[in-house]
Amino acid sequence: MATTTAAGTDTARIRPSKSTGFLSWVATTDHKRIGILYFWTVLVFFFIGGVESSLIRAQLAQAELSVLTAEIYNQMFTMHGITMVFLVVMPFAAAFFNYLLPLMIGARDVAFPRLNAFSYWFYLFGGIFLYSSFFLGGAPNGSWVGYAPLSTNAVSNMAFYAVGLQILGVSSLASAVNFIVTIVNMRAPGMTFMRMPMFVWMTLTTSFLLLFAVPIIAVALFMLQFDAVFSAQFFQPATGGDPVLYQHLFWLFGHPEVYIMILPAMGIVSEVMPTFSRKPLFGYAAMAFAGAAIGFIGFGVWAHHMFTSAIGPVPRAAFSVATMFIAVPTGIKIFNWVFTMWGGRIRFTTAMLFSVGFVSMFTIGGLSGVMHAIVPHNAQQHDTYFVVAHFHYVLFGGALFGLISGVYYWFPKVTGRLMNEKLGKVHFWTWLFGFNLTFGPMHMSGLLGQPRRTAVLPDELGPTVELYNLLSSLGVIVLIVSASIFLFNLIRSIRRGEASGDDPWDARTIEWMTATPPKHHNFDVIPVVTSRDEFWHRKYAESEQGIPVAVPVGASVDHDADGDAGHIHMPDPSLWPAIHTLGVLPLGYGLVYANWLLIGIGAVWMVTGMFGWIIEPLAEGDDDEPALAGSAAH
Amino acid sequence: MTAIAPSTSMGLDNRKLGMWTFLASEFLFFGAFMSAYLLYIDETNRGPGIEIFDIPFTSVSSFVLLMSSLTMVLAHNSHVRGDMRRMRLWILATAGQGMVFLGGQVYEFTVFSREGLDLTQSPFASSFFFLTGFHGAHVAIGVLLLLGLYSLSRTGKIKPGQDVKTEIIGLYWHFVDIIWVIIFTVVYLIPELRG
Amino acid sequence: MVVRVPTARSGTDLTADREADGVVRKNLAARGSRRTPRRAPRVALFATVALVLAACSGDQSALDPAGPFAQRPQDLIVWVFGIAVVVFVLVQGLILYTSFRYRRREGDDSMPEQVHGNTKLEIVWTLIPAMILAAIAVPTVQLIFEQMDEPDVDYLTVEVIGHRWWFEYYYPDYDIYTANEMAIPVGMPVRLEMTATDLARSPDLGVIHSFWIPRLAGKQDLVPGHTTYLNLQADEPGRYIGQCAEYCGLSHVNMRTRVEAMGMADFEQWVEAQRTPAPIPVAGTLEARGRELFGDLGARQACASCHQVWEGDSPRGPAQGPDLTHLWSREEFAGAIHDLTPENLRAWLANPNAMKPMQYEVNGIGMPNLNLTDDELDALTAYLETLR
Repeated sequence: MATTTAAGTDTARIRPSKSTGFLSWVATTDHKRIGILYFWTVLVFFFIGGVESSLIRAQLAQAELSVLTAEIYNQMFTMHGITMVFLVVMPFAAAFFNYLLPLMIGARDVAFPRLNAFSYWFYLFGGIFLYSSFFLGGAPNGSWVGYAPLSTNAVSNMAFYAVGLQILGVSSLASAVNFIVTIVNMRAPGMTFMRMPMFVWMTLTTSFLLLFAVPIIAVALFMLQFDAVFSAQFFQPATGGDPVLYQHLFWLFGHPEVYIMILPAMGIVSEVMPTFSRKPLFGYAAMAFAGAAIGFIGFGVWAHHMFTSAIGPVPRAAFSVATMFIAVPTGIKIFNWVFTMWGGRIRFTTAMLFSVGFVSMFTIGGLSGVMHAIVPHNAQQHDTYFVVAHFHYVLFGGALFGLISGVYYWFPKVTGRLMNEKLGKVHFWTWLFGFNLTFGPMHMSGLLGQPRRTAVLPDELGPTVELYNLLSSLGVIVLIVSASIFLFNLIRSIRRGEASGDDPWDARTIEWMTATPPKHHNFDVIPVVTSRDEFWHRKYAESEQGIPVAVPVGASVDHDADGDAGHIHMPDPSLWPAIHTLGVLPLGYGLVYANWLLIGIGAVWMVTGMFGWIIEPLAEGDDDEPALAGSAAH
Repeated sequence: MTAIAPSTSMGLDNRKLGMWTFLASEFLFFGAFMSAYLLYIDETNRGPGIEIFDIPFTSVSSFVLLMSSLTMVLAHNSHVRGDMRRMRLWILATAGQGMVFLGGQVYEFTVFSREGLDLTQSPFASSFFFLTGFHGAHVAIGVLLLLGLYSLSRTGKIKPGQDVKTEIIGLYWHFVDIIWVIIFTVVYLIPELRG
Repeated sequence: MVVRVPTARSGTDLTADREADGVVRKNLAARGSRRTPRRAPRVALFATVALVLAACSGDQSALDPAGPFAQRPQDLIVWVFGIAVVVFVLVQGLILYTSFRYRRREGDDSMPEQVHGNTKLEIVWTLIPAMILAAIAVPTVQLIFEQMDEPDVDYLTVEVIGHRWWFEYYYPDYDIYTANEMAIPVGMPVRLEMTATDLARSPDLGVIHSFWIPRLAGKQDLVPGHTTYLNLQADEPGRYIGQCAEYCGLSHVNMRTRVEAMGMADFEQWVEAQRTPAPIPVAGTLEARGRELFGDLGARQACASCHQVWEGDSPRGPAQGPDLTHLWSREEFAGAIHDLTPENLRAWLANPNAMKPMQYEVNGIGMPNLNLTDDELDALTAYLETLR
């Protein structure tokens, strides 16, 4: 699998050439390996975020408990939110983007493989940086939104938040650029936009959302950080600063962010459901355009997070109406999924169960979202557990269910084995039950007066609210058991799961055509695409009534087990992304502590790393210039 | 830098498409800074405000930056024609003008600081320095990229036929220039014209 | 780990377990085709509904309006909720029906028709939700303006200033300062003019808070540097409770508030009492000693440096901490988290941070521990009890 090294290469360059071992993972530029790195890192952060939420629920299981001090509690809910949003859900989607995208469009890798590795390392180091705050004076405690001026106070420990999220933002932005170029420019011959798998559409939309939203939060975080550490005056009312500016900048990012979190899961569900219903996705064009519409309108509703803030009735009315209308493209998607199932021959594998669960739970979350849009009543719902219920239904019941569905679905392609279906079903039903037990009662406790971010459950809210909180806390126990079952199944299946073959689900898209696991270069022969659901159409022709009829075997299989892939030129591994990104740590600490020496070291390190990267060719012996047909004409 | 796929779906080089995509996000980056600046234009906390600007001085450095875009175009042109010596010359000229611009900014900020306008003075001050400072940082990065391009060309690592590399750095440089045109107009000129 | 994966021949016989290269591959199409009857979900549904209906009322319940500014949003949301329930039943019903009806039966290996879409249907489920939402939008927008406008009848104005971690109330019509507990007349709109710490008087540069008494109105944020407004009205006498609803730091949960609604006559009595200066205790009593200590604690910071007790000789003004002139007219204290009893107050003075986490040593927010002796505690408590 290692490419040959041309004679006479510059020996001053460090370049690992082995394909196994620790260093090979550190230096990998293979999108599949990067996806796997993301996945395991996500599981670690998911565990940590789960510990944080368990502590929160332990504190709130009864009124007036003192399991945690107020300070620790405030750090817990802040870090839980940051972890789940930035270190779990987003990178979990990235894991799928990374692994699947080139396979789904018939490419051998993404457009910029080393930049891809860079994104992973920046994510890892950003997460480590954020968590190091626990050991350096205390974790951020200003909530995951970090409203100023509270978060510019030193007591909020929010410098780590500002710098940490900045690092993570760069990771996402780099990924966004990478994926956009990959999708736009590297599709297999014949794969028009309207023939791409829906997951690829959602990746593209998500990437555009990231592209335009991340720079805005970068601005907000720079301002926050400089107010906190360098005495800038962006949000200090004493000198004329306006806290509401921070809210606008944050939510201009924050609202697209929630669509960034849900669209990938919607993309996954749009792949899983057709496969297990044995029918194409219902209303493909509408699905693609609805996704784009959600993304586009998503940039116009941000102030619905600010209905009770210092804004007047006119913006409140405008954003209320805009928010209601996002329900329309969302509803289109829900109905399209249900009608994908309608008339099918549905196999309820674990992957399918989670996708159906997604549609069901996300609908509930969407309906409470529409209720939020009713501004006069939003004033009752905002900043209460009703909101906590809403976003957990769309993010946990929605995004997480969809992502887990994806794990069960593509596990065979990644490992060549099947996950145990019995355990999978136990996982699903306990997960569904535990999730609803935890978050269902929160709708009620919120409307009965329980605000968010409260370090104790106030006695005066009454015994009913206390009961609901107890139920929520018990639900967490169920979820912990359920997650353990999943983890057990995952590890056991990797080790001794039943062999799956290349196409265990009789799937529709071309990633299932490859070897299992896919070879380093993905496809022996880049497929020429002639329709949507290309793989399906290679396996089946349609009768006049639209019923699939199997075609002779052979046309659908890509790989030649004994084939010689030596003529395929792949990028070589590179240590430069990891080396370069390591410099962000001194830079970050320097920015938090206003230490110019550290800032200088970090900056020089990163610039040097960047030049090392630039000088190194993508593959050894490469003249580093593709023979672009007609490029001289450009 | 794909040595793998010789043809692309849109016929564009990946790197060019990548740079355009990145620049799209940069527009929002500067747009957000610009919005904050416009919001805070009168919040001077009893300190200096827009009257502190030295329009003639900043006009000169703006002109220099604008001219550097011209030399950048000439550099790329030379590269396309295969004249690497000329290309390096124009690259140096571009970088040099960039450094002159930066020097002018440093001087300007030092004067402002002495006159009581620094980052910590007021919302107006903070947003002014952020807007122009981040732009300056982008210019500095551009200068570094240009000097890198120069040295790589000197050592033969960048050859004729690889003009895409000069082109994408040129794209970045022009973008930085356009942002400055907008900043100069909105921050320096329009308030002056309003009186 | 290397896995020897047998080559699969996809797209062929889907019924039997296949053998290839000596490995028997189970027929996956046969998996998950058995449906167990599901009673558990139905039981769960009934339990849930029962629980929900059990209690909609509660002192801080948003579902139990006691005045028009809470009632009208409730009236609107009931409609929206009703529509949401219909949509919920429709969608979940569709999901359940489709799952049951179109599940793959054992042994059935037929392929379904490859339907790609249905334009008419798609148009319907685009237009109908849009129309429903447009219908909802109209009364929503109307109510937004109605709720926020100045009432067009006579109303009481109360200024609210949010501090960490207590609410300050000032009645401009009567020149009354109080904290955490607001008295209002029944049946009359009250318009709150709100901000967070007036900077001129406190090192606390102000953070965002939110005023929320659910039974009387929705919440409204208090933003430093801005003035925001909230209308509320109680139609029945009573004590209405609420709390700060925008995270404001360490003791956010300990920032509660009460609105005491009373008949007009009672309210006017309350106003009169609040406008009366604090009595000066007879010289030589324990209370007098307490008053002395209040003004001067030697090397330690005096109470009077943050708290005002207005005795009528100087103009009344705002202070850094809650106004204590009529402390004992209130039922709760310390951000309305503790009942105001002599024991509680004494414990508070002895160690405030044990009863409410604050950050005085770090950044001057909250109340310091003054290391008061037992005698001092007795005297101060006695004095404060006279402030009725």
